[in-house]
Amino acid sequence: MIEARGLTKRYGSTVAVDGLSFDVCPGRVTGFLGPNGSGKSTTMRMVMGLDRPDAGKVTVNGRPYHDLPWPLREVGGLLESKAMHPGRSARNHLWAMAQTHGIARPRVDEVLELVGLAAVAGRRAGKFSLGMAQRLGIAAALLGDPAVLLFDEPVNGLDPEGILWVRTLLKRLASEGRSVFVSSHLMSEMALTADHLIVIGRGRLIADEPVTSFVASSSRHSVRVKTPDPERLRRALEEAGARVDDDRPDGTFTVTGLTAADIGDLAAELGVALHELAPQAGSLEDAFMELTRDSVEFRAEDAVEVQP
Amino acid sequence: MTVVTAPARLASLPPGHYGLLGALRSEWTKLRSVRSTVWSLAATIVAVIGIGILASAATAARWRSGHFEDRLFFDPTSVSLTGYFVGQLALGVLGVLTISAEYGTGAIRSTFAAIPHRPLVLAAKAILFGTVALVVAEVVSFAAFFIGQALLSGSAPTATLSQPGVVRAVAGGGLYLTVLGLLALGIGSIVRHTAGAITTFVALLLILPLVIAAFPASIGHPIGKYLPLVIGNSMTATTPRGAHADFLPGFAPWTGFGLLCAYAAAALLAGAVIMVRRDP
Repeated sequence: MIEARGLTKRYGSTVAVDGLSFDVCPGRVTGFLGPNGSGKSTTMRMVMGLDRPDAGKVTVNGRPYHDLPWPLREVGGLLESKAMHPGRSARNHLWAMAQTHGIARPRVDEVLELVGLAAVAGRRAGKFSLGMAQRLGIAAALLGDPAVLLFDEPVNGLDPEGILWVRTLLKRLASEGRSVFVSSHLMSEMALTADHLIVIGRGRLIADEPVTSFVASSSRHSVRVKTPDPERLRRALEEAGARVDDDRPDGTFTVTGLTAADIGDLAAELGVALHELAPQAGSLEDAFMELTRDSVEFRAEDAVEVQP
Repeated sequence: MTVVTAPARLASLPPGHYGLLGALRSEWTKLRSVRSTVWSLAATIVAVIGIGILASAATAARWRSGHFEDRLFFDPTSVSLTGYFVGQLALGVLGVLTISAEYGTGAIRSTFAAIPHRPLVLAAKAILFGTVALVVAEVVSFAAFFIGQALLSGSAPTATLSQPGVVRAVAGGGLYLTVLGLLALGIGSIVRHTAGAITTFVALLLILPLVIAAFPASIGHPIGKYLPLVIGNSMTATTPRGAHADFLPGFAPWTGFGLLCAYAAAALLAGAVIMVRRDP
């Protein structure tokens, strides 16, 4: 269980994390979503006691990280892929961590086996690909068999098989009753993995809800309509409080604010024929884009404006 | 097909909490599992013994043609220990790397995640590096002395351990190298960047003496006493002059050593404070 209350971190005049409060509960995968530079990594480092908050606090299992008697036995973190000395072998990297906690040597080989690095355990970590380094980081997180796990962008650099493996692993860990907190800037990735979402933008909390309700509440449920008599139907729809966009000369437009059934009933009352009535399912990606539209730190259109 | 095996569960939490013993074990694994340790210790050994051999052999060969004054103040112990001059750089680099390599690679985050009480990390590094450095430095110091005296014998006067001040000079050479290495560790924990820390260390050790020696003696000599290099020279000499004190006179050996210990302690203390205050 992770509990953050009013967590704030400033770098000079930039506020990286701004009064963030949330809980990460056991038994589910909590996705931590936000555009690049929105404060996800900083937040995770504060949970792990690496960055000191300027205000607010965060506890793990009811205690600040610094007060945990055996931190690696309670919290495991994959904070960045390269938190290791490139000249040290994977096995020695894990063994050095294990020794601080009196964890026996067989456990090191066990987690190496688990992440699929047993064959290269003696190789220097600097020779690892990004994907292998990610796996070593995951092995380090699992070393102490912790009840709370943090993964910062765990699928970075992994091949499709590796991505599938991480997804399955995260769900497995959550099903064992652990609190799994995983960050990503890819909504689609979270849609497949997370049960619950915490969305931030520019360091502020935007949403904290189950994945299903997140999609339902924030995406625009629109309906595409095609009719030979667009003028009359449009007027009637707008009078009924709907929004009509994307008018096309062939009589197609998009309606927001009414269900397909409402629109069909309305058309029947008016005696207007419908050639098409298609509900558009809002994707998680759309919902995310809509929510964070105002809080994206770096946007392409601001920077790239090429005059012909 | 992707097979995901569930991680096995560990036994319940042991009593107590993480501490110095685990930190020491971990640091020992870290120290001996990277090549830079082997290389810098090998460089220390080769430099101290090798340069000691060269200096002793050269002195023996040219003894008959030497100046009267050089013969009058001749210090065979100090000559055989000449190699500390280069050995201190190699050992200092290892001291810096012991901490700066962790900051440079990001490994420090894994270290601090395991041991959130950061001064404990620095203490474990200082104890472990200090012990390894002391063993290596004393062995090479005595080896350089015995080999050097063997090369000098027959051509020039030689020293034996039973003569006054000789044991102090030879053992003192090892102590000097060790504490200087700890000073380098302290600088590494303050500066945190390998290149910057090594530059600072070399500047303090070798460049500052050149600058101060360029001043008139009335200004340069009182300041020069406080330099690590000058302290090292007086620690490895059996006469007030030693073999290399041409430019700056020093404190008495143990006074200088006390001062050097204070430098190292101050640097490590400052390093510990910075370690706690600054995010890694």
